[in-house]
Amino acid sequence: MTRTLWDSTVGKKVIMAVSGLVMLLYLVVHMIGNLKIFFGSDEFNGYAHWLRVMGEPFLHHEWALWIVRVVLVAAVVLHAVSAYQLSRRDLRARPITYVHKRPRASYATRTMRYGGIILGLFIVWHILDLTTGTVHSGGFQHGHPYQNVVDTFSTWYGNVIYIVAMLALGLHVQHGFWSVAQTLGAGRASRDRALKTLANVLALVLTVGFISVPVAVMTGVVS
Amino acid sequence: MKLTLRVWRQKNTDAPGAMSTYEVDGISQDMSFLEMLDTLNEELILAGDDPVAFDHDCREGICGACSLVINGDAHGPERTTTCQLHMRSFDDGDTIDIEPWRASAFPVVKDLVVDRSAFDRIIQAGGYISAPTGTAPDAHATPVPKPDADFAFEHAECIGCGACVAACPNGSAMLFTSAKVNHLNVLPQGAPERETRVLDMVEQMDSEGFGGCTLTGECATACPKGIPLPSISAMNKEWLRATRKARR
Amino acid sequence: MNDYTHYTTGEPVADTKAPAGPVAERWDTRRFEAKLVNPANRRKHTVIVVGTGLAGGSAGATLAEQGYRVVQFCFQDSPRRAHSVAAQGGINAAKNYRNDGDSVHRLFYDTVKGGDFRARESNVHRLAQISVEIIDQCVAQGVPFAREYGGLLDNRSFGGVQVSRTFYARGQTGQQLLLGAYQALSRQIAAGNVELHPRTEMLDLIVVDGRARGIVARDLVTGRIETYFADAVVLASGGYGNVFYLSTNAMNSNATAVWRAHRRGALFANPCFTQIHPTCIPRTGDHQSKLTLMSESLRNDGRIWVPKAKGDTRPANEIPEDERDYYLERQYPSFGNLVPRDIASRAAKNVCDEGRGVGPGGQGVYLDFAEAIGRMGRPKVEEKYGNLFDMYARITAEDPYVTPMRIYPAVHYTMGGLWVDYDLQTTVPGLFAIGEANFSDHGANRLGASALMQGLADGYFVLPSTINDYLARNPHHDEVDASHPAVEEAVAETEDRLNLLLAVDGDRTPDSFHREIGELMWEYCGMARNEEGLRTALARIPLIREEFWRRIKVPGTGDELNQSLEKANRVVDYLELAELMCLDALHRAESCGGHFREESQTPDGEAARRDEEFCYGAAWEFTGTGEAPVLHKEDLVFEYVHPTQRSYA
Repeated sequence: MTRTLWDSTVGKKVIMAVSGLVMLLYLVVHMIGNLKIFFGSDEFNGYAHWLRVMGEPFLHHEWALWIVRVVLVAAVVLHAVSAYQLSRRDLRARPITYVHKRPRASYATRTMRYGGIILGLFIVWHILDLTTGTVHSGGFQHGHPYQNVVDTFSTWYGNVIYIVAMLALGLHVQHGFWSVAQTLGAGRASRDRALKTLANVLALVLTVGFISVPVAVMTGVVS
Repeated sequence: MKLTLRVWRQKNTDAPGAMSTYEVDGISQDMSFLEMLDTLNEELILAGDDPVAFDHDCREGICGACSLVINGDAHGPERTTTCQLHMRSFDDGDTIDIEPWRASAFPVVKDLVVDRSAFDRIIQAGGYISAPTGTAPDAHATPVPKPDADFAFEHAECIGCGACVAACPNGSAMLFTSAKVNHLNVLPQGAPERETRVLDMVEQMDSEGFGGCTLTGECATACPKGIPLPSISAMNKEWLRATRKARR
Repeated sequence: MNDYTHYTTGEPVADTKAPAGPVAERWDTRRFEAKLVNPANRRKHTVIVVGTGLAGGSAGATLAEQGYRVVQFCFQDSPRRAHSVAAQGGINAAKNYRNDGDSVHRLFYDTVKGGDFRARESNVHRLAQISVEIIDQCVAQGVPFAREYGGLLDNRSFGGVQVSRTFYARGQTGQQLLLGAYQALSRQIAAGNVELHPRTEMLDLIVVDGRARGIVARDLVTGRIETYFADAVVLASGGYGNVFYLSTNAMNSNATAVWRAHRRGALFANPCFTQIHPTCIPRTGDHQSKLTLMSESLRNDGRIWVPKAKGDTRPANEIPEDERDYYLERQYPSFGNLVPRDIASRAAKNVCDEGRGVGPGGQGVYLDFAEAIGRMGRPKVEEKYGNLFDMYARITAEDPYVTPMRIYPAVHYTMGGLWVDYDLQTTVPGLFAIGEANFSDHGANRLGASALMQGLADGYFVLPSTINDYLARNPHHDEVDASHPAVEEAVAETEDRLNLLLAVDGDRTPDSFHREIGELMWEYCGMARNEEGLRTALARIPLIREEFWRRIKVPGTGDELNQSLEKANRVVDYLELAELMCLDALHRAESCGGHFREESQTPDGEAARRDEEFCYGAAWEFTGTGEAPVLHKEDLVFEYVHPTQRSYA
């Protein structure tokens, strides 16, 4: 069964769909967590601390967090590798393009591949910026995420990178979520509108939720 | 009407091809698109040139032979087959680009003629019900609920023209394959081979070099028979179900 | 050179395969008497099948299931494109699911009578018997016939028959049945039992020592002339309606396979029996390449009329009711608009000949739904006929809900074809003809929804139960290969013909000749024929043929995909077949079914059969291009359905 999944174009799409769903679920949680920043630094930092002690005493310190990280890395890798392999195949399947070109499909659909690359690069930057602090602007302080976030969004490029990435995320989720339903066999004419609406709502909520933080920092609501 | 045609000309599969420009005059609005090409070809023959090769047969929109990409659209601007497109869809003085189906699984044979035998091989892989002649029970032995019969018919309408592949930016044959899988898998007669059918047909589809589905929806937009996009989802469901049961 | 019309009459031809005894038992008896081939030996027998329509597709699949090695050909890129795909209406079967008095015997009776008593009773009865099994077979294959809410199959009545015996799949019955056969064939191709050659066209028959042993075919992509050998050859290459240039046939449907077989010795029967379908969309100009049929079910609710006055060019809705002539309702008060196809077609021609036709060139009559829309309401009309109305609107850019449709008859089906016996074997041993390619079951006129029935009956059930008799009784001990003189001759003839077509380098296109012969045939050998016209045509055809070989221009070469060469080669055969059709029409000085001789009509203008002189099938023997053929008569005996004059008034 694993081989069937991996060797088939349909199976690889299933892998992308499931890994995408895992990431989407994480993003929803992540976004809700981010909004705690509006309740002040104590609550936000406290929440960040809880993420490390989550599951104790059943789990060892930070194990829950690491489990989540491992699952996420696996999802990202599977999603990206599948996407890469399918894309290569797709390009080979249409080696000669039409002389007469016209725009095809929706913007979100056409930009899935570029959006995916943008999001991949963003994840690297995001981890180096706010998890390891490697590329953080102004002294990164472990255990003080509130201050780190404010620092990041006090630079113009921090805002630009983040907001562009979140817009890409919105587009990616808009087509991606609906696609997940199709790939997993849940799509049918009678629920197409509901699925598309849900995809739009998810995309909008995630994008607005995430972007509200840099906007709040820029406007001084959070400082 | 007077028109400028830019037509893909290619001597054979291995030869390089290019767009060539032709002028045609005296085209009537009532002509079908293929009759317009007939007019061009009559002129080319008399001039001692090679006429443009294109596939066509029934000219009633049902055999699936005709296969032209017109101004970037498979079968042209109307939602129908090329043979049912009429020149009243164009204006005097227009320039019209005519290209063959483009997909590596559909190599060009000559000019606008492509080889679609990959579709036949997908059907051969499992697009049938094994019912040797003489083995059939009475036709009323197994009633089929009307919604299922209608669902089967809706998918059985596929004419195998390949517009879905031509329109898909990935050259994917998912809509074609799903149409046949859905037609047969929903019927009680198709149930015994339900799992092997979808697994084998998808495997054959992949091995022919068609691209994967990114759900752009271009296929369903181009389909002259209106095979709906959710067909693909229905096939995915069948495929997942078959993979779980893994009865191979 | 002989005068072509001075044909001679040779020995009668008779079917020797149908057993004696009650007609209802003949098929069982024949199947029992036919020698069988041991299952273990079937693989050693190769059968060539030419064509992949309903007859060829179903025959190829079934023979392969039985264990024979099948080599199959189609000129299309895929077997699924054969022109059976375009049949709209339905398929008849004597299931009596409606409990409305239908039976095998009634279908048999209707078919013999509908064919105007020019078909063989044994064959027709077998067809009616097998019709029942066809539906079972197709349902088992997954053909999505229309169903009712209870899940059972729906039926409708068709072509004025009084029972509901027509099974259908919306307006695409032919497509769905063909896909069923195509899928069964595909399964055998995958199993390695059928070797398929698409884009390959049969150009000659190979006859060795009087028996059919193979074919000469051209690979349409590479242009290579190839030979294929077998123990028996089955022609399922369809009808020859394209001799008329404009017809409802597909553009590439052609007569070459049957004509070449005829030239090699197979008798050609009743070539003048052609069916003109009354409800087609009229032509719009000289550019017209083909005609489109609309289901005759439209006549159930539409009313046919023309203006009473000649040359009335007012739009239809400006012509007041009392200036309209509903000529079918006037002439045939009891059947009205539902008279059989041949009568409706001829009536339309008559009013147009009087100068009362409508539309461009006056070649059309109105089919008006205004009354039906008023009576049933537009939604109901849309539900019943919406897809046909849409098709009409797409082709003509007129809205049939507002303006009456314009229709005109067009060539649709050819009842004639290669003469076959009860086993469907031609007069060349080892050569079989099935489906529209043979002449067997429809007599002088085919009923609606019977073509699909016959194609599938021949392919699924008849041929697979009769070909074994030939194979078992005539085992081949000698291998035929390309070096055999008969093979070399057939290949050389084919190559010479193609090379000559390429070499003439004249100034007329293949299409221009096709159009010329087609118009001539439509004029003189179309809906109504008379001696003078047929003689005119017979005088003209040799001249056109001579001009063809002087002025034909085929560009390109023979070793590539060359659609002009394909076309020109088909026209060569039309130019000979047309001559035989005219001669057959000339010799048959009676009217029957689709063949209307103006000299033979009743006082009120109806077709008058002359049974005492013409109660036979006319099977013609080829003697040379332009040479007078030899007529072999098959006397028809009616033991069960006694000939009467049809009356629809």
